[in-house]
Amino acid sequence: MYRAALHALLSHWRRRPFQLLTLVLGLATATGLWSGVQAINAEARDSYDRAAMVLGPKPRPYLISEGDVPLSMATYVHMRRAGWMVTPVVEGRLATPTGPLRIFGIDPFTLPAGDLPKGGETATFDAAFLGEPGRLIVSPGTAAQLSEAGLPPLVTVDGVAPGIAYADIALAQRLLDRPDRFDRLILLDDQPLNRPPLSEIAPGLTLEEPRRDNADMARLTDSFHLNLTAFGLLSFAVGLFIVRGTIGLAFEQRRTVFRTLRALGLPARALLALLMGELLVLALISGILGIVMGYGVASLLIPDVAATLRGLYGASVDGALSIRPVWWAGGLAIAVLGTALAGIGSLWQVARLPLLAPAQPRAWARASERAVVWQGITALALAVASLGLMVWSSGLFAAFVMLGALLVAAALALPVVLYGAMALGARLSRGPLAQWFWADTRQQLPGLSLALMALLLALAANIGVGTMVSSFRLTFTGWLDQRLASELYVTAETPEQALRLVEWVTPRVDAVLPIRRASARIAGLPGEIFGLADHPTYRDHWPLIAALPQVWDRIAAGDGVLINEQLARREVIWPGDTLSLPGWEEAPVLGVYSDYGNPLGQVLMDLNTLEALFPTAERLQFSLRLPPEEVGPLMVALGSEFGLPADNMVDQASIKAFSLQIFERTFTVSRALNVLTLAVAGFAILTSLLTLAAMRLPQLAPVWALGVTRGQLARLELLRALVLAGLTMLCALPVGLLLAWVLLSVINVEAFGWRLPMFLFPGDWLVLGVLSLLAAGLAALWPAINMARMPPARLLGVFAHER
Amino acid sequence: METGVLTVRDLTKSFPGGDGPVHVLRGVSLDLAAGETLALTGESGSGKSTLLHLIAGLDRADGGSILFDGAEVTQLDDAGRAALRRTRVGTVFQQFNLIPSLTIADNIAFQARLGGRHDRAWCATLAERLGLADHLRKYPEQLSGGQQQRVAIGRTLAARPALVLADEPTGNLDEETGARVLTLMQELAADTGAALLMVTHSQRLAARLDRRLHLERGLIRVNA
Amino acid sequence: MNGERRKFWPLVLCLLALVWLQPALAQGFAGLGTGADGFAEVQPGPFDFPADHGAHPGFRIEWWYVTANLQDANGTDYGAQWTLFRSALGPDGPQVWMAHAALTSPTQHFLAERLGRDGTGQSGVTARPFAAWVDEWELSGPTPDNVRMFAQGVDFAYDLKLAAKGPLVAQGDGGFSVKSAAGQASRYYSQPFYTVSGTVTLPEGDVSVTGQAWLDREWSSQLLNADQQGWDWISLHFDSGEKLMGFVLRDGSDGFTSGTWIAADGTAAPFGDGALRLTAQERHRVAGRRVPVVWRVELPERGIDVTISAINRDAWMDTLVPYWEGPVTIKGTHSGRGYLEMTGYE
Repeated sequence: MYRAALHALLSHWRRRPFQLLTLVLGLATATGLWSGVQAINAEARDSYDRAAMVLGPKPRPYLISEGDVPLSMATYVHMRRAGWMVTPVVEGRLATPTGPLRIFGIDPFTLPAGDLPKGGETATFDAAFLGEPGRLIVSPGTAAQLSEAGLPPLVTVDGVAPGIAYADIALAQRLLDRPDRFDRLILLDDQPLNRPPLSEIAPGLTLEEPRRDNADMARLTDSFHLNLTAFGLLSFAVGLFIVRGTIGLAFEQRRTVFRTLRALGLPARALLALLMGELLVLALISGILGIVMGYGVASLLIPDVAATLRGLYGASVDGALSIRPVWWAGGLAIAVLGTALAGIGSLWQVARLPLLAPAQPRAWARASERAVVWQGITALALAVASLGLMVWSSGLFAAFVMLGALLVAAALALPVVLYGAMALGARLSRGPLAQWFWADTRQQLPGLSLALMALLLALAANIGVGTMVSSFRLTFTGWLDQRLASELYVTAETPEQALRLVEWVTPRVDAVLPIRRASARIAGLPGEIFGLADHPTYRDHWPLIAALPQVWDRIAAGDGVLINEQLARREVIWPGDTLSLPGWEEAPVLGVYSDYGNPLGQVLMDLNTLEALFPTAERLQFSLRLPPEEVGPLMVALGSEFGLPADNMVDQASIKAFSLQIFERTFTVSRALNVLTLAVAGFAILTSLLTLAAMRLPQLAPVWALGVTRGQLARLELLRALVLAGLTMLCALPVGLLLAWVLLSVINVEAFGWRLPMFLFPGDWLVLGVLSLLAAGLAALWPAINMARMPPARLLGVFAHER
Repeated sequence: METGVLTVRDLTKSFPGGDGPVHVLRGVSLDLAAGETLALTGESGSGKSTLLHLIAGLDRADGGSILFDGAEVTQLDDAGRAALRRTRVGTVFQQFNLIPSLTIADNIAFQARLGGRHDRAWCATLAERLGLADHLRKYPEQLSGGQQQRVAIGRTLAARPALVLADEPTGNLDEETGARVLTLMQELAADTGAALLMVTHSQRLAARLDRRLHLERGLIRVNA
Repeated sequence: MNGERRKFWPLVLCLLALVWLQPALAQGFAGLGTGADGFAEVQPGPFDFPADHGAHPGFRIEWWYVTANLQDANGTDYGAQWTLFRSALGPDGPQVWMAHAALTSPTQHFLAERLGRDGTGQSGVTARPFAAWVDEWELSGPTPDNVRMFAQGVDFAYDLKLAAKGPLVAQGDGGFSVKSAAGQASRYYSQPFYTVSGTVTLPEGDVSVTGQAWLDREWSSQLLNADQQGWDWISLHFDSGEKLMGFVLRDGSDGFTSGTWIAADGTAAPFGDGALRLTAQERHRVAGRRVPVVWRVELPERGIDVTISAINRDAWMDTLVPYWEGPVTIKGTHSGRGYLEMTGYE
């Protein structure tokens, strides 16, 4: 019984291989885009985790020197000999031809063996590692990048975080040119019974709470990964709409077969079981295909993603993708889940199929029309819920739920809107053919609406994310222009050199603006304080987003400080409030400025004020104002006069070029996903139209018989697709803008700490509109050409009852 | 022959088949005068529908001529034949072939409007006489078979064609309904002066028409 | 073939551990017993004190090794171990310092392990004034005759004063200890005559203790490379004031025994293979191994026939390289206390 029934059911796919292809491809694409994005995110997160565990599986408290005396070997040995179990760390960035390398100088004698990645401890207890010229322990991926960098010999150990190198502390001090200086002494977990208190043996040292580098990195990159996840989710949703549509059609077309099988004695349960089995097999096949696709997508995109993360956030991510079993399982699970989600409605219909009701293909369409009403009601409810969430909730999760509700509401509302548009079109049209066109289009909606919903989501996502990214780019470039007002930034190597340098450079440039920096705890978290000279460079350019009147005069007078947006939002401190700083209990906040890409709270004050508060703040950095064309020669002169390494001089143009290049790479990823999603939606329309074309012959034949040429019909078919795509694009526009607004003003603030202004890019919409028309047009072209070239005999077949 | 609205001569048509071409029409000739009604009978596969489709310009003949109202149908291109269907020749199908997305009113008016010959009053009259006045705002699927065929007849006659072709118009109806529908069609065709060529396999219905031809294996056999 | 071998074993294991950790080095260490690979070679001759109390970085390995038998006012036995190893990773290469400390009572056994970097002050040895240290652990005084021995872990500490009541004892041929016919040798001397007083700290609190201790000093560049399964070693303080050190090298057959009899005035009399018999009498399961913790010790030429029993049978040293080391009591023809070390029980 099952064999025969299965054969009858499966014969459908043999006769409609294209439909089968649609189903498999739709599901595979959905799975592929989703799992591809997941793979990228997982790889990045794994990299952050490894980076966070660079010195032990959990963050530990540590000692730093806040006084004038730097942490030296003597300090360290003094602590050890007093019974304080600490291990020294020196950490810094080393410029290499292939980008910066983070060096971790460690002491393998005192760093617990388990703190290094598995295999790392074996490499450190080695004469080669401890002796001359020493060794750098890096991940295989990093080693491949560094092969020609002129560094000490490399030892590769799997599990080392990308972009970092462990070195013996002595080697690290040499490489980083920090003789006899440690950055911090990490307090180990096991401390012996007797230790004198810190204040007694080392009053100059401060015990700091554990640093959570990974939390910072995760927070910092959240927004980026959020975008990727949102894209993955949308692509998946788009794919699911296709699958839903295809399964619906396949079930509808087999309705008579189902009925016949039931009439011939196949129990309803058995039929359902067979159909579920069929879907499961299809889901697994498509899932595997999708995972392979996902791997391909991820492999193609991850170098760009890695470059973006490195450039934007300084987060190192391995440019190679590792295959994780959990990822395979996840991909298959999502494929099966997606199929279940897409097929449950059709299975439910089959379960309730009345045995003797006449086969009525139109019934499905009519039912769909009724369903539209319910869809409209659901859409309205979801929209209201989304609005409620927007008003009354906070948090990233709520923001995501809101986003999801918004998009589903929009998708569900689309058929309602389109029905309305068709009705309006019919009312406004005069000619019979126009009237027929609208009425017929409306009748086709149930079959097309899922594909159109997919298109709507794809377009809305494109508009939304495109608007966000472009807004971000515009904001960022504007902000760069403001923040990087000076033409050249110079860092001297020693305070003495700094003094000589200022003397030398002053007559050669328009202005020398010293920059002093101090690290301090601000509102309980690590932060940075900058001192700026009073100069038009800042007055004219600094990106203030809120300020009291005469802000710069008052800053110059030492009356208060400026803080960055992150700090303002985090602590809810705005101009008019006060902030507690070390040595300045109630510093008035006079203004707030935007400071994208900085995880730390930042305070700006007048240079003299800073020097009074932090006499030991570094005096090494300067920004120089000079005509742009003189920047190059001055850099050369500085290099030859003071022997300043190139790294210590950064010109504005390079920073901007670098930053923008990073952004372009970010867009590469967004664009690639955009195009893929849109392509998927276009494909959905094509397959829907092809399927409908076969079903619609009985409806077109009479119109032809009544005197409309095949060419006319074909043109109308094409026009129909264009009209529907155009209307969908019109609907997608507000949805996309709403999406962009949610991303910029809700999700970015929740995840990131700053709100980005939203800009509109009508040019992009136009391009997208043309693109979607093109996609729909191309999708409709094939069925239309088929129509125009259809032999009359096939049309006559509709009428034929003789031959 | 001066008053002949339709002259068919030596019409041939074959379709590709499994064992070479199937010769469906092998030289059919017939004449139809204005206002005349003609029944075309024959077994299944005798070529009745094919002959009808060729006359309606729905398909191209292999050979022979179809002179309709002074125009050679076989010489017309796609657009010409479409125009012919819109304006001069109306077809009533066994399957009704209404346009499901349009209301009854719109279905009746559809072909006339396509051909630019819409006459609101005439359509109203037709609807009245066909007993469809109460159903004008409904959709085809809401009507019975007999009602649907009456809509199809209305649609055909709304354009005041010179020739009405009917392909088993009552084939999907029970006998009584079929008889009534045929009567209506005959009456209305007579009122508009249209000639009627009806394909049927029912001798009883064929007997109600002015003349009848019997088609057998692609040839006119009996001129009754 | 003297008792100096006994101190080799933990170090060999330690170094082997490093070897395991670093396969690239394995070949260099595989020939431990045959080639000096550019290291200095020991020569016979008189010691050069106080310089020889300090480190000899030209040699591959070296150690300062103290074991102490202690009692509190109630007569409860304790044992304390303080060990500092120096090992050169190459002839001119970096020096690695490694220290073990243990405190054993009849019911508890505590231990700690430290590693140290040479040349930074974190760890090292100076000859005058004498000091050996890693972090806050130290064995130091003006001379080795009067030292403070201090070490601690997360749950124990000891702070002991050691005063030598007898002379240093040169082992082997005037401190040149030949180990095989192939010429492998070490420089080696001991101080077995310390009296001890001080405090041990247990989770329950501080305890005042007195007792006696034994220091071993040895350095070499050539290590043994026999098919040892491990060895069992003893150092015994008899109540008579005499001392005995001896060991069995377990090689799968009869084994190889050796040792030294030290008279109360410090006169040393080494004895050869077969003179000493060590017979395991009771085994105890610790750390997943069955380890003999009661031994019969016979040295007929000195009229010795005693049973030594572990004061704490669980004195397992769970260090980078694990071994058993702890205090014992002596009963039989002679009485007293001592230390037992056992390696290679898997």
